[in-house]
Amino acid sequence: MLHVLISASRFSLIIFMAVYTFYSFTALKSNIKPASQEKLFKKQTRLMYMFLINANLILYLLYQDVRILILAICEIVLFMLTFVIYKKIYSNASKSLVNNMCMLLAVSFVILTRLDIDKAIKQFVFAAVAIVITCFIPIIVAKLEGLSKLGMFYGIIGIIGLALVLVIAQTTYGAKLSLSIGPVVIQPSEFIKIIFIFFVACMLKDIEDFKYLVKVTIIAAIHVLILVMSKDLGGALIFLVTYLVMLYVSTRNPFYMFIGLVAGALASIVAYFLFSHIQARVIAWKDPLSVINDQGYQICQSLFAIGYGGWFGTGLGQGMPEKIPVVTTDFVFSAISEEMGVLFSICIIFLCINCFLMMFNISLQIKDYFYKLIALGIGTLYGAQTFLALGGVIKFIPSTGVTLPLVSYGGSSLFCIIILFAIIQGLYVRENNEDMEYEEIR
Amino acid sequence: MKRYDDRQRDPRKEVDVMDLNDRPRNSGKRKNSNNIKQNNKSGNYNSQKSNSKKSNTQNTRSVNSAPRGARTKVKIKNLNKEFTIITYVFLALFMCLTIYLMYYVQFVSEDFMNNPYNARLDHLSETTIKGDIISSDGEILATTNVDQNGYESRVYPHGDMYAHVVGYSANGMSGIEKDANYNMLRSNSFFLTKIVNEIAGKKNQGDTVVSTVDSRLQSAAYNALGNNKGAIICIEPSTGKVLAMVSKPDFDPNSIEANWDEYISDDESSVLLNRTTQGLYAPGSTFKMVTLMAYMDQYKDYDDFYYDCNGEYNLSDHSMHCYNNKAHGPENLLDAFGNSCNCAFSEIGLKLNINGYGKLCDDLLFNTELPTNLSNTTTSRFSLNADDSDSTIAQTAIGQGQTMVSPIHMAMLASAIANDGLLMKPYVIDHVQNDQGHVVKNYKSQAYGQLIDGNTAAKMDEYMRYVVTNGTASSLMSDQYCAYGKTGTADFSSDMDKNHSWFVGYAENYYGKEIAVAVIVEEVPSGSPYAVPATKEILDTYFSY
Repeated sequence: MLHVLISASRFSLIIFMAVYTFYSFTALKSNIKPASQEKLFKKQTRLMYMFLINANLILYLLYQDVRILILAICEIVLFMLTFVIYKKIYSNASKSLVNNMCMLLAVSFVILTRLDIDKAIKQFVFAAVAIVITCFIPIIVAKLEGLSKLGMFYGIIGIIGLALVLVIAQTTYGAKLSLSIGPVVIQPSEFIKIIFIFFVACMLKDIEDFKYLVKVTIIAAIHVLILVMSKDLGGALIFLVTYLVMLYVSTRNPFYMFIGLVAGALASIVAYFLFSHIQARVIAWKDPLSVINDQGYQICQSLFAIGYGGWFGTGLGQGMPEKIPVVTTDFVFSAISEEMGVLFSICIIFLCINCFLMMFNISLQIKDYFYKLIALGIGTLYGAQTFLALGGVIKFIPSTGVTLPLVSYGGSSLFCIIILFAIIQGLYVRENNEDMEYEEIR
Repeated sequence: MKRYDDRQRDPRKEVDVMDLNDRPRNSGKRKNSNNIKQNNKSGNYNSQKSNSKKSNTQNTRSVNSAPRGARTKVKIKNLNKEFTIITYVFLALFMCLTIYLMYYVQFVSEDFMNNPYNARLDHLSETTIKGDIISSDGEILATTNVDQNGYESRVYPHGDMYAHVVGYSANGMSGIEKDANYNMLRSNSFFLTKIVNEIAGKKNQGDTVVSTVDSRLQSAAYNALGNNKGAIICIEPSTGKVLAMVSKPDFDPNSIEANWDEYISDDESSVLLNRTTQGLYAPGSTFKMVTLMAYMDQYKDYDDFYYDCNGEYNLSDHSMHCYNNKAHGPENLLDAFGNSCNCAFSEIGLKLNINGYGKLCDDLLFNTELPTNLSNTTTSRFSLNADDSDSTIAQTAIGQGQTMVSPIHMAMLASAIANDGLLMKPYVIDHVQNDQGHVVKNYKSQAYGQLIDGNTAAKMDEYMRYVVTNGTASSLMSDQYCAYGKTGTADFSSDMDKNHSWFVGYAENYYGKEIAVAVIVEEVPSGSPYAVPATKEILDTYFSY
């Protein structure tokens, strides 16, 4: 009987997700009426709860662990709380973005509960703490006018932080990323992403002359180089792309972008010949089956998982995602594909696209140039990281060991991304409030 | 709309210096929405700010207020282009990603997943009874028996006969058992049946794999080889379907586990080796086909070739002999090929441009992985340098020397010649069907490309036919079919009393039915053409149905 329930839920979960995704794009239409848009968001929240209840019930029936039920209730409460917080503190926030954030978190909770309930609980705690902290973001953003004057300070903090990691960090899966402080293990590079965006925005908002640009570029390049030395290729790429996009938009000179891309490509080629771990990744990308015993093992298992799940997935608990190494972090997308189906995964990709579009959209609307650049930086960072994470696990591009924002397990990464979402929201709210003031003056 | 003349301005200034109050509300609003539509095709905004019109009265004013739109236009218009470009670049990347994922799931994953490292395949056998393998004419070649206690065993009703083509599935896997393992472990039964099974806790019936092998031809080939070691492969030239594939010595896949140690320890006869695809042999005189093609390629006046054979061809360091030192007398090229004259072909070899010869061999798939849909094929070898000694060149030209070929490679050459030079990739799995016989997946025949130029193929037709009408394979004359080919005898050791006997060729009948064959019979007494009678049995069978 359980089998029948699981088989049925294969389809119901996909339907919830697909309808949700459909609504999130319908809500973007320029000619939609505000009232019907509001209705869509309501429907979205309902779908989200239905998804959580359905998936967690199946998981409970499968594993008979009471913690699953408790966690599910906590998750729903957290989401309700989130909506309240955003309504009160971030009045007028982008609901689409809040909903998408919660939906992606919901998917993350479900798949982590399936893979490892302890990690799911931790992930939940991280998310809860991060959401509470985000209550203060709009206050910080609104009050601290001086944020934009600390450009060099951010740059130096960033470099020191990354260098510190390079020197004393632990090596995990071939890359130096994490720093232990007592019982807590953090990945500073995740937080430095935020500082880096602030740095670039500060510096590029007042471009004095070409010399000045060179100076900024050198500091940004140092960030990237330290990351390359830490063997964090994904991180280096994300920083590079974020910088180039911000540079391109602020100078409006495609030539810089072009130069940057060429330099990046040349550097990649040099790095390919210098570092064996890069070669290993490229080999594993070109023909993973030929090195399945070795570098290709992970990507092969990931592709087996996606293929085994097929369009509709095996159903929760019916696949073997635990065969994929580091499935909870970098390869969480494969686990989702295997058990919930590629159709579900495609919905996730579209949700990520939706978030990305919303961020760019917000950036486009912001009038203050500094905040505009920050929003642009966050949008680019989100887009680049999502692309690297998804492309790596389906063998579209060589794997770079990047986590999928909001979905992958990992405190620092989750923390950082929720804060970035909150900053975007804070900027959006600030924008709206200025409008209001302006209205009042009139 | 967008004023491009403003684009040279410093963006910072535009941001800082703006006058927001001089624009009438309504026009500003309208312009804004136009602006958005035109400049940001992703059409993704203007909605958020107005979404709370009803629900959030507190913000209604700001939400509905037009000036935001108006101001946005003034300040930001110059960045629209940059934003649009970046947005589209990212969207394009994400779309490629999605399409790639869909492509992988639909077209690639099945083949990719059929890998022994894929632990999920074992998992599948817990819910699925592995499906059958049947021949193209419906004979069951492998099936799964389930006894009363639910114990499953794999059964091969024909025992040894299909040992290499069907393979085994204990102590590892081989043949179709390996290549189509994943297909047979999946069930495409009617979905209601599957639901009923699921409720009843019963296993689903896995899909059936239908081979291209024809049981009548396989049986004829199996018997034709008798107790000799050797290999026979038959291919349909127009499609590449493998019609029969026999390798001896063989084994009984039903009892492979019991005899495993014996098979593994026996290096000499290598029972488990599929000689058709993995065996490498000296091609002997069958290689004269290649030498002939090289000569026709390099000497357009090949019709004027003349050689007077006295049974011996003297070189500075070695002398070549015709078979049994027979003197063939005056010959043109056709006679030389028909008589399989070693002396004439030594002369031809020495006249060839060696680089061109090597290039032709490379084109004919020597020293490269064979384009087949079968797993584990061995690469044939040909090597000759311009500075090699005359005797090496002459030896190579008549198929001795360093050259090594696999039987399937020779069959592919024959198949290409029969098919006007177009090579079809050999394949052994025709389609997969569910337990009700509905086709689930079809393996279409695939062309490799024009292996041999059409004119050359037509000429080869003529020459290979002459071998049957006037040459060494005259016993293949039949009124049922028209055979073409080349015989060969290959020395394999210093023991001159024993040779490998080859036949490579093809046959067709009036109705266009065609077959390409390669037959090698190992270690048979010199002087008796074992391969030709074996071929005759196969052809007689094939053209009788």
